[in-house]
Amino acid sequence: MTDMPHTNAESERPAGLSGITTDWASDQTAFKNVSWGKAMMWVFLLSDTFVFGSFLVAYMTARMSTVVPWPNPSEVFALHIGGVEMPLLLIAIMTFVLISSSGTMAMAVNFAYRRDRKKTALLMLATAALGALFVGMQAFEWATLISQDVRPWSNPWGASQFGASFFMITGFHGTHVTFGVIFLLIVVRKVLRGDYDTGKPGFFTSRKGRYECVEIMGLYWHFVDLVWVFIFAFFYLW
Amino acid sequence: MTQSEAQTHVSTEQAQSDETGTNTHAEGQQHPIRVYLVVWGWLFVLSLASYLVDYAGLEGYLRWTLILFFMLLKAGLIIAYFMHMAWERLAFSYAIILPPAALLVFVWIMAMESDYTLLTRTIFFATGE
Repeated sequence: MTDMPHTNAESERPAGLSGITTDWASDQTAFKNVSWGKAMMWVFLLSDTFVFGSFLVAYMTARMSTVVPWPNPSEVFALHIGGVEMPLLLIAIMTFVLISSSGTMAMAVNFAYRRDRKKTALLMLATAALGALFVGMQAFEWATLISQDVRPWSNPWGASQFGASFFMITGFHGTHVTFGVIFLLIVVRKVLRGDYDTGKPGFFTSRKGRYECVEIMGLYWHFVDLVWVFIFAFFYLW
Repeated sequence: MTQSEAQTHVSTEQAQSDETGTNTHAEGQQHPIRVYLVVWGWLFVLSLASYLVDYAGLEGYLRWTLILFFMLLKAGLIIAYFMHMAWERLAFSYAIILPPAALLVFVWIMAMESDYTLLTRTIFFATGE
């Protein structure tokens, strides 16, 4: 995508590496075509990347430095269905649910820019429902582990840091999903009411909303999915 | 439909919008729904693949390489297409995507520290001093 020719408004701006120097040296805003709302959401997500990055590094440090074997996540998170033990099944289903919610969100953004309020709202409600389903399954997972005597300081299978890492990482991620669902419902209400068509001021910022708000909301939601990709790989599969 | 086909599809879409004089950024990020469905499909396939790595019980470097490979592909697809980074200007993409590389340095430092901690623990538990 980097060598794609930019035209019209962007026609004077070179692409590629020389585009970077031109943009940053333009003595105006450095981020062309990116509104501040969107840029600031990205900066927030960048900071959140470091939060989750630090959690995962802490987990790596605990797991690498313990002399006691780490509990096998494949067995810990197995589901017993009809007498058959399916490794990691619940986690796999949770992964598919979250990916699907990202898919519906991406399409909601598309319909938002087409000003199709009904389809936008329906797709965002589907996203919120899948998000709530994810949090529900996570609550089930927590309840299962807690009933098996997993605590932040001990567990029946091995290294005692397992519980602390698990509750911290999945708990923080689940909280992000929960806030995302609330955020989604607020934006759905605004879409349905037509706030982004009429430019009705927001209740909190008292600034006029645009349909770009749906895309910015989407960035947050996709980020939550993105974090899960890393948690799935490092915590559950490793 | 392969990923490269999806990319070609996007390129032609952008070329068309350029011809009609509406650039993609003027009306926000507008891309064909098909792109999202294809990415969605690939994310399913890659998730299934990484699950099968565990199901098949692969071990060692093969397991870790495959997990990281599928993870990075999924992350790349989400950032590039769902989050539209592929269509942003490089000045912005680099400002957001490069800083997390600092985490790799952090990982390296803590990996060394963990090795040292493990060594001292092993010695302590073996000799009691």
